[in-house]
Formats: sequence, C-alpha cells, structure tokens
Amino acid sequence: MLSELPLLSLVVWFPILGGVAVLFVGDENPGRAKVLALTVAIITFLVGIPLYSSFDPATAAMQFQEFMPWIPAFNANYHLGVDGFSMPLILLTAFMTVLVVIAGWEVIEYRVAQYMAAFLIMEGLMIGVFAALDAILFYVFFEAMLIPMFLIIGIWGGPRRVYATLKFFLYTFLGSVFMLIALIYMYNQANSFEILDFHKLPLGLTEQILIFFAFLLGFAVKVPMWPVHTWLPDAHVEAPTGGSVILAAITLKIGGYGFLRFALPIAPDASAMLDWLIITMSLVAVVYIGFVALVQQDMKKLIAYSSIAHMGFVTLGFFIVFGLYRHTGSLNGAAMGVEGGMVQMVSHGFISGALFLCVGVLYDRVHSRQIRDYGGVVNTMPIFAAFMVLFGMANAGLPGTSGFVGEFMVILSSFKAGFWIAFLASFTLILGAAYTLWLVKRVVFGDIGNSHVAELQDVNNREIVMLSLLAAAVLLLGVWPDPLTSVMHATVDNLLQHVIATKL
Amino acid sequence: MNFVAPDFMPVLPEIFLLTMTCLVLVIDVFLEQRQRHITYGLAQLTLLGVALLVLLTYARAPTTTMFGHYVKDAMGDLLKFCICLASAAAFLYSRDYLRQRDLFKGEYYVLGLFGVLGMMVMVSAHSLLSVYLGLELLSLSLYALVAVDRDSPVASEAAMKYFVLGSLASGMLLYGISMVYGATGSIDLQVVADAVARQGTNDLVLVFGLVFLVVGLSFKLGAVPFHMWLPDVYQGAPTSVTLYVGSAPKLAAFALVMRVLVDGFGNLQGDWQQMLVILSVLSIALGNLVAIVQSNIKRMLAYSTISHVGFLLLGILAGTPEGYSASMFYIIVYVLMAVGAFGVVILLSRTGFEAENIDDFKGLNDRSPWLAFVMMVVMMSMAGVPFMAGFYAKWVVLQAIVDVGLVWLAIVGVLFSVIGAFYYLRVVKCMYFDKPERNELIEVGRDVEIAISANGLLLIILGLYPTALMTWCSTALLN
Repeated sequence: MLSELPLLSLVVWFPILGGVAVLFVGDENPGRAKVLALTVAIITFLVGIPLYSSFDPATAAMQFQEFMPWIPAFNANYHLGVDGFSMPLILLTAFMTVLVVIAGWEVIEYRVAQYMAAFLIMEGLMIGVFAALDAILFYVFFEAMLIPMFLIIGIWGGPRRVYATLKFFLYTFLGSVFMLIALIYMYNQANSFEILDFHKLPLGLTEQILIFFAFLLGFAVKVPMWPVHTWLPDAHVEAPTGGSVILAAITLKIGGYGFLRFALPIAPDASAMLDWLIITMSLVAVVYIGFVALVQQDMKKLIAYSSIAHMGFVTLGFFIVFGLYRHTGSLNGAAMGVEGGMVQMVSHGFISGALFLCVGVLYDRVHSRQIRDYGGVVNTMPIFAAFMVLFGMANAGLPGTSGFVGEFMVILSSFKAGFWIAFLASFTLILGAAYTLWLVKRVVFGDIGNSHVAELQDVNNREIVMLSLLAAAVLLLGVWPDPLTSVMHATVDNLLQHVIATKL
Repeated sequence: MNFVAPDFMPVLPEIFLLTMTCLVLVIDVFLEQRQRHITYGLAQLTLLGVALLVLLTYARAPTTTMFGHYVKDAMGDLLKFCICLASAAAFLYSRDYLRQRDLFKGEYYVLGLFGVLGMMVMVSAHSLLSVYLGLELLSLSLYALVAVDRDSPVASEAAMKYFVLGSLASGMLLYGISMVYGATGSIDLQVVADAVARQGTNDLVLVFGLVFLVVGLSFKLGAVPFHMWLPDVYQGAPTSVTLYVGSAPKLAAFALVMRVLVDGFGNLQGDWQQMLVILSVLSIALGNLVAIVQSNIKRMLAYSTISHVGFLLLGILAGTPEGYSASMFYIIVYVLMAVGAFGVVILLSRTGFEAENIDDFKGLNDRSPWLAFVMMVVMMSMAGVPFMAGFYAKWVVLQAIVDVGLVWLAIVGVLFSVIGAFYYLRVVKCMYFDKPERNELIEVGRDVEIAISANGLLLIILGLYPTALMTWCSTALLN
C-alpha cells in the first residue's frame, strides 16, 4: 500500500505547500507558525523513511518513479525517481531541515513565519533537484532554489549580507545558465529531456568537452571547487545559522550530485580526458584551502574553508576512477573512490551542519564569531564543549566518526591511481586536524577568556536535542557505514561500467 | 465601377470598439467630474466586450476582407484578446492614481480606446497601408496620452521627443513602403510576398525598402540603436500612461513584425535575419548594462524593456515556426510582467508622492508583504528565474535559436541575462533587506488588489504549467 503512494511527489510538494501555509499563518502568530513548520518538517522526514526501507539495493534502476507529461511541445516531463545516489541525499535534506527549524526556534525574532516558510520551500526544491529525472525539471528546481536562499541570507543575515547574498546569487546563476544551453543542445540531439536518455546519447569528443565545461561551470560553483569558491566564505559568514547549515549540508552536495548524474555519465570521454583538471582542482582545494583555513580568525569562515577542502575530497573520489583504470587496467577499488565521495558528502552534511550549529549556539550568547572573543568555554558550558570536541574530531577525520570513513576510502582508492595523488590528499589528515583542533583549543579550552565567556549558560534542552541527533548520526555512520554504502553498491557499479565505456 | 460591400463579419470587434469609443466620447461630454466613473466603467465594459467578441468569433482559418487589406486569423485573435486584457488592467490599476492627480478625465479613456483600435488594426493588417494606418492611429493616441498632464514640463518634453522621433520613424517606414511598392507594384502583403519570392535578393530596390521597413519597425519596438525615445517617454509620462505604453503596444508591435517581415518578406529571411541579429545583440547588451546604473525605476524598466525586445527578436530571427511561437509566448508573458511591474509602481504612488525611485521600494515587505511578494515574483520572472513564467519564455526562445545552430547567440543572451539579474535583484533587495523610509499605509482598492494578485499568481501558475499558453501560441500560428 505504501509503495503505491507517490512518495517522491509528497516529499517534494508537501514541504512547499506547508511553507505556503506557514506564510498564511503570518508573522503575527510566530508561535503557531513555528509549530506548524516543525510539524511539516517532521512529517516530511517520516514520509521520506519508506524511501529507504522499501528501497531495493540490488538494482541500479530508478525506483519510486513517477511520470506525467508536463510540456509536451518539448518532450519535457514531470519525471521523478531515485537511485542509490539521490535517495540518501533526500533523506539527509529532510533530516537537516528538521534540525534547522529547531535551531531557529528561539533565535529568530524577526518575521518568523517567513523564515520558517523559506526553509520549508527550500527543502522541497532541494529534494526536487535530487529526485528529478527530467533535465528541465532538474534545472527548474536547481535555479528556483536560489530565491529562498537569496532571501534567507539577505533578510536574516549579518552586516554584509547584501553583498554576500548578491554574490551568491549571481555566481550560481552565471554557473548554471551555460548548463541550460548544454541541456538544450543535447535535447536537439536526443529529442528528449530525459536525463537517462542523455546518458545513452552518442556525442563527439569536441561536443563532450564543451558540454563537460558547461556542467563544470555549473557544478563547480555549487560544490564549490577552487578557484570559484570565493562566494562560499562570504555567504556562510553572513548567513543566519540555519542558512549556513543548509548551504553547507545540502546545497554543496547538489554540486557533487550533479557531477555523478550529469557530467560523468553524459560526457565520459571528456571526463576521462580532463580528469587531471578536476583532480588538480580538488588537490589544490585540499592542500591550499586547508592552509587558508588555518589562518582564519572567524569561526564560520574557518568552517567554510574547511567545507571547501572536504568537498575537494568528494570530487577527487568521483574522478579518480579514470586514473585508476589507466594505471591498473581494472576497476578494482574504483567503486571505493565513488562510494567514498558519497559517504564523504553525507558525513560532511552532518559534521559541517553540526559545527555551524555549534557556532550558532555560541553566537546566540555572545554575538561574536571571532575566535579571540572566546576561550575556556568548557568551564562554563561543559555539555556543549563535549559536543564541540566530538564534532571537531569528526571534522579532523578521527576513526570512529563518519569523517574518517569517506576520507579513508578516497585515499585508499587514490593510492591505486598514483602515489602522489594519495600523498597530497593525505595532507587533509594533517591540515584538517591542525585547523580543527586549533579552533577547538582556542575556543573551548584554556582559561576563561573574558567576562562574556564567564557568564555563558550551558546548552538548553532544545539545543541538546539537535546536537545529540547529529552526534548519533556522526558516530553511527562512523562505526557502521554499511547501511549507507549498501544502498549504493549497485548504482556505483552501474555508473562505473557506464563511464569507462567510450561514447565515441 | 461596381461597388461590392466587403464582408464586415471579420471586423465585428473593431466596429464594436469604434462605435463604443465614439459613444464614450459623446457621453463623457455630458458628465460632471463626479460622474466620471461612468466613463471609466463604459471604457472597461467596451474592452471586455471586445475581448469577448474576439473569442466568440475566434478564427479557425484565416479570412481576408476589405479588399485584401485586412486579415482575421488565430494569431491576430489571440493577440487582440491579450491587448484588450492588458489595456483593461492598465485602466484598472491607474484609476486611483489618475483621480488623485486630477487627471481622471474622459480623454485618457477615449485616447486609450482609440489606441486599442489602432493596435487591433496593426495586428490584423494585411497590406502596408493598413499597417501604416494602424500604427499612426496608435502613435497619435500615445503622443497625446504622454502629454495628458499638461502642467508637467517633463511630460511635455517626453511627448515632444516621442512625437519627433516617432514621426521620423513613420517617415522611414513610409519611405520603405514606397520603395516596396515601386519594386513589386503592390502594397498587399500577399502580392508583395509573391513578388519577393520571384524577384528574390537580386532586387536592390526591394532590399533597400526592406532596410527602411526594418528601421521603422525597430523604432516602434524600441530596439537599439533606435531606442532613444523609450527611456525618456517611460520616465517622463505619468505612470498611468507608462503602464499603458509599456504593455499592450508591444503585442501590436510583435504582430507588425510578424506581418511585414515573416508574411511579406519571408523569402528574404536571410537578409533580415542578419539585421535582426545586430539589433537583438545590441538591445540585449545595452538594455541590460545601462539598466544597472538607473535609480529611477521607470527608467530602469524602460531599459529592461529594451533588453526584452532583444530577446523577442532572437525568437523571430530564428525564422522557424517554433521561433515565432516562442517569441509570441515571450511577448505575452512579457506584457503580463510589465503590467504587474508598473502596476505595483502605480499602487505605491499616493497623492503628492510619486514612487519613482528604486529607493521608494525600501522595506516594502514591512509595509505590505503581499505587494512585495507580487513585485518579487515579477522581478524574478523578468530575470528568468524558474518557477516564474519568465524562465520558460527565455527557455523557448533559446531553444529556438539553438535549434537553428546559433549557439553563440544563445550564449550572448544568457550572459547578459545574468548581468540583468543584478538590477532586478536590487529591487528585491530594497523591498526585503532594507528598512522602510516611509511608513504610511498603502491603501489598495479591493478590485485592484484582486487584479494585481491574479497578475502575480498567473506568472507562477504559468511557471508551473506553461503548456496551455504555449500550445495556444503554436496552434494560433499554425493556421
């Protein structure tokens, strides 16, 4: 019975309609708006659970498909479906939105209903991005996402919010319009906007390279990869806590997902030819951005740069397959790279979200994000300090936490492709530990820094709930990643078979 | 010589409109100022009546009448229907504005209705003579409308500029028509089309005439480099008139280009395509770049209009049925957006206060969340962000030109729309991120509120499900 429900449509549209309903409750009734928003977010997450429990991990085919003609003139359809890549990310989105609603509970006082509605609508659109199997539908969700995020940063953000949000919007908009042209071009060849038809579309090498660059522009900005990452620190610093969480935990993943869904399978030969470019960009992100993170004075900026470095691992894991195949002649270990990238995406969603929430907890009390304004927080906030240390360790990639699993898999895989790639990638273990632990040391430990810190109240129940949910997720994924990796084996194998077969 | 009465049935809506307009003119003379709402009501009834008549007599197949000067077909009927609705919306939005400025007079409505008649003639023109007649009827009404506020020096200046440049454009057009007549011996577009097919590109006089026709049409559309009148008129005219000038006439101008270039000179497509490429690239580039530095919202929207005209031309220059229907979809969506944008501008203007600067939108979300939302929808739609109709308009146009292999044009188009997104976002920024400078309540009549809400929601509904209007456009062009 459950499988007959249009589950995907429900998780896409229920939060959007719920968001509209929250808007109608209005800013005059903040209490009711908050309760309604939380209910909608929780129900969406519950509705999403059958996506996991009824998921068939043995097949790489799309599941829970829904199909409806939409714009017949251009053969664009309302076509939804999930595989092992998109399903975990949908659940991650639904999970993080619940936390974000809780995180904004007492903190947001200005226009509460609009705030909650923006996040719910954002949730629906992001799930739509992951669930869309039609390229135009994907593009529509992908672009529409910009509006709520633009408003979230701009209305509830910090002092330089207008600059940050405009930069965010225009950067992403610029990246994605070229993708639109690539999609239209492929439609002219395939006479269909089905993403799966694009996968099968034979394309010449020049076409593939141009299409690859169009996707690269669109998704590299989203990930963000060095050197188009500069919008991220600005956006993160200025965004309200919830906005930073969603940006780091979900929207960055959309870039990585885009590589898996579009760039790799549509332009496999171009990807194989240009994998050095992506790998170089990823390694620069890991090493150079790691050093940049080391010198940050602003906690949010530090986590933002750490996000860029960690996302470098994701793209590295996705593109290591070609070098590995060239080097060893077999696909052994390649699946580990892609799966490692996927695990890293989910794990980074939890960890970066958690770290931003921790910063938010401090910011709500002291109203400063500067590291030098803290010190010795453990003396006044012991429970909070425990959480912060845990998430810091996870960010540094300590075994037993989810941060370790993904990085370890990617490094193992890259060893097979070449020693120096693995060598440079392992820098993250040193640098990540350095900037994270140094941050924790300066903020949490030591003597009480100033009178503000001396007056701090420890986390309340609401904050404990949201932090422990994340801590449980981080630890569970760290010691037992199988529930996550098992659903994507088939999908990953299918992708790898597809990308090493030439289209020429 | 025998006189044969032409078939009047196809022009029934136009006859009804003319009769009613004369009636309004006469009745208005006998009304006192406090009864002026009767004029307004009659004008609205007339427009709705015409819209209804157009729908009732909707053409299944094209029929020509008036000795080949006039054609009634599905494309014309769809455009006429939209023209009536857009004008009705313009009248509705501007009612309170006119009343507060002592401009609530019969002239506004009579001139407006005559303008609508001119547009309908343009839309249905099947000879170069009726093209010119319709155009002049519209233009003369517009010149007078821009100057309707006689005490305003800015408006008079704008009207003067508009008149001089518009006359120049009409002159160009007439000169082109005379050359075409010299080369083909007829002004009937069908005969011209046959002659063009025979004589082709080798006929220098014909190509020369075409150049002048394109120049004249570009003036009316406001394509760069013939756009100079547009920002001044938009800014100088009273907002109620800007609203009227900026909406329905664009539909008529589109029809004009279709009739003359596609129906008449379809076989010279290779020649006019090159001209339109230059016009559209310049319009998209200049419109978007110059709009960035504007602080006056009417002027900003004027430059945004220029860039939209560039996009409209992109679809036409593709020269395929898909391109034409894409352009038609584009212009209808554009008019819907323009009416909404100027509608919000006009609703913010109160007695003794013109909401003319972008700064006047500061903190609109605090003063009226709903109006701010509608304006945001319109702005995002103009920028081409999805789930607003404007995205699909841009998409189908891009699709049409990529189809004919002009990928580089598509890239130019999207690059400048990213630049253009900036100034639309600036309006959203003012409404949502800034604190209000004025705090008086925004009073909006119930009927106006419903209309502006419908306007904004229509942009979202068309964004969720654009198929209906797209299909209507493409089937209208097919028969």
